[in-house]
Amino acid sequence: MQQKVEFEQRVHKALSDSQLRQNFRSTMDGLMAKRSQAFPDKERLEKLRLQGAQIRANALLKLPELLEQLEERCTANGIRVHWAETVEQANQAVLKIMQDHNATNLIKGKSMVSEEMELNHFLEQHGIEVLESDLGEFIVQLAGEPPSHIVAPAIHKSRQDIARLFQEKFPDIPYSEDVETLTRSARDILRRKFYEASIGLSGVNFAVAETGTICLVENEGNGRMCTTIPDVHIAVTGIEKVVEKLSDIPPLMELLPRSATGQHITTYFNMITSPRKEGEKDGPREVHLVLLDNGRSSIYEDPELMESLRCIRCGACMNHCPVYARIGGHAYGTTIPGPIGSVIEPQKLGLDRFGVLPTASTLCGACGEACPVRIPLPKLLNRLRFEQVRDDPPDNTMGKGSQRSIRESLVWNLWSWANTHPALYRLGCLFLTRLRGLVPKQLGVWTRVRKAPAIAPKTLHELAREMGIEDE
Amino acid sequence: MKPDQQYPDKPLSVYFFGTCLIDLIYPQAGLAGMQLIQREGVKVIFPQDQTCCGQPAWNSGYREQARSVALAQLDCFPQDIPIVVPSASCAGMMRYQYPELFKDTPQLSRVKGFSNRVFELTEFLVHVLKVKLKDLGPPTRVALHASCSAQREMAVSEEHSNLLQQLDNVEILEQERKRECCGFGGTFAVKHAEISNAMVEDKAKSIADTGAEKLVSGDCGCLMNISGNLQHTGQGPEGQHIATFLWERTNATES
Ligand code: SF4
Repeated sequence: MQQKVEFEQRVHKALSDSQLRQNFRSTMDGLMAKRSQAFPDKERLEKLRLQGAQIRANALLKLPELLEQLEERCTANGIRVHWAETVEQANQAVLKIMQDHNATNLIKGKSMVSEEMELNHFLEQHGIEVLESDLGEFIVQLAGEPPSHIVAPAIHKSRQDIARLFQEKFPDIPYSEDVETLTRSARDILRRKFYEASIGLSGVNFAVAETGTICLVENEGNGRMCTTIPDVHIAVTGIEKVVEKLSDIPPLMELLPRSATGQHITTYFNMITSPRKEGEKDGPREVHLVLLDNGRSSIYEDPELMESLRCIRCGACMNHCPVYARIGGHAYGTTIPGPIGSVIEPQKLGLDRFGVLPTASTLCGACGEACPVRIPLPKLLNRLRFEQVRDDPPDNTMGKGSQRSIRESLVWNLWSWANTHPALYRLGCLFLTRLRGLVPKQLGVWTRVRKAPAIAPKTLHELAREMGIEDE
Repeated sequence: MKPDQQYPDKPLSVYFFGTCLIDLIYPQAGLAGMQLIQREGVKVIFPQDQTCCGQPAWNSGYREQARSVALAQLDCFPQDIPIVVPSASCAGMMRYQYPELFKDTPQLSRVKGFSNRVFELTEFLVHVLKVKLKDLGPPTRVALHASCSAQREMAVSEEHSNLLQQLDNVEILEQERKRECCGFGGTFAVKHAEISNAMVEDKAKSIADTGAEKLVSGDCGCLMNISGNLQHTGQGPEGQHIATFLWERTNATES
């Protein structure tokens, strides 16, 4: 119950904020339109989605072998691989690298896994200064907020919000609401920092097992700077991001930017296969790859729920979600919001804590339709609804069965009883139709914005009989 | 229509599954659906023992209860003839979700045999009965709301508009964000009322803004939701199920 109350409070706050709603609505509308324009040929799109799904499914099928191969190839290329089962271990791995280099500041490119690790907070507690270099991440870091979207972290903020934030944090810079000017100011601040930091951190979009290559997709060039200017580059990723072959990348890259922002190609696409080699003039001297599990292998054990690990984090499912468009990312209360967040996060954090999320969907199917790797999101949301109320949980992981209440199961038992006893059902309907005048005009939350539905004077069952329509 | 969907030849008789919502709130829509089929010379059978497709429990995670109700429906439709459903949502449940619901159960093959016979009303009218409608009504302008199930799961929104377009005096007005969900979602509307309310308000407004004289939909869940809001605000058109609308405009004795 507690989780529902907290969720509702966050939802209420978001829905009452008209500026916030407008920010999300207009951006999501824009992103949907751009995606649709980026895939003019629907048949081609469906073929590509099928291909994307197959590539990701194949990688998951061979996940244990591919991870071994990835480690082996990376190591051979001079990339040091660190395995982390938990967030704590991943944080410690990063900290250790920092300490080994006596480093006190870290410059970061965009990484949702580092958000999942709450890495910034962890490092700051250990006296390390962390700076986000992705513009959106930089903004939310300044505001002391988590990202509200996985691709566009500061999407909940309007131009004016950002201008005010900059004025507050950098009083020396003249106030401006102009996007260009704001971007330039941020860029100037960040540029200097790139040369001060001795360690850069990035996420990973794909890790290629065949070649031991880390692929990084970005638009601002900050990712390239984070991974080339500092002496040490640390990449953090979830273990599911591996793909088998280099030739798997082009189809995925045809899907990813188009699905995410409607771009045919991003401004930067980085492929990192080794640290600086002998005789090379630039690039980091050390490259580390931190591979985080944090619940992924238990998702992996269920053949149906495993499909959620195909995700390439494009954000299309949230862009197309009518619930997300209204409540925004923060209302979810998890690192990853939107439909995919409602599938993955309760599995990781427990249905006992986040079981409310899979219920916060109309199952309209817009997410599943947009997903470039065809994750059947509505089906998985339905599955998690089942897992949280089942009375025979096969195990107690994930908080299975935790949301079952006696009252609710009683209601469904009664419902089932009435609907499996036709005579009783007809009698019940007869009562309702004859006593329709007594049905209250106020039906709780329903009638807050709606008139109560009017029960008909006669049911279809009766009308069919009167019309002489045969029964069998 | 889904690319791989196959349709049978015109049968001599069909079953009609009315849905529980139509039964209690919109029975005229069910009646109109049956009349549209009968007019094409096809006999309609309405098994009196039918109740609900089981979707509410299935979408709430109560699979066992959903299965009992689904099995009770299976028993009502034994003959190997099409089962026509005037709701894409319930048709989708019976055609695509039943096999999921009975996955790994001994009843699966029986369920699949049933599911393959399920058709949504408008797709049945268009692809199996190949109806040709003659509009007898005065000129009017309508907004069409195809439910999420009609658009995606059943892919019959084209069939909805096809039928409306057959009516010479009916103009379809386009609404903003036409494909977006109206926010009903069954128990979602109650469990997450505040989100649902925000969604239906937007949907109803976009429909009212078209200036249409009528809102037509193939799903009564959406109708109950959107019309409920339109009536609450006192703005915008009256809602009607597509079957009622089609029947009223093409039936000589009624209009
Ligand atoms: S679930 Fe699909 S649509 Fe959503 S972020 Fe992942 S890949 Fe993109």
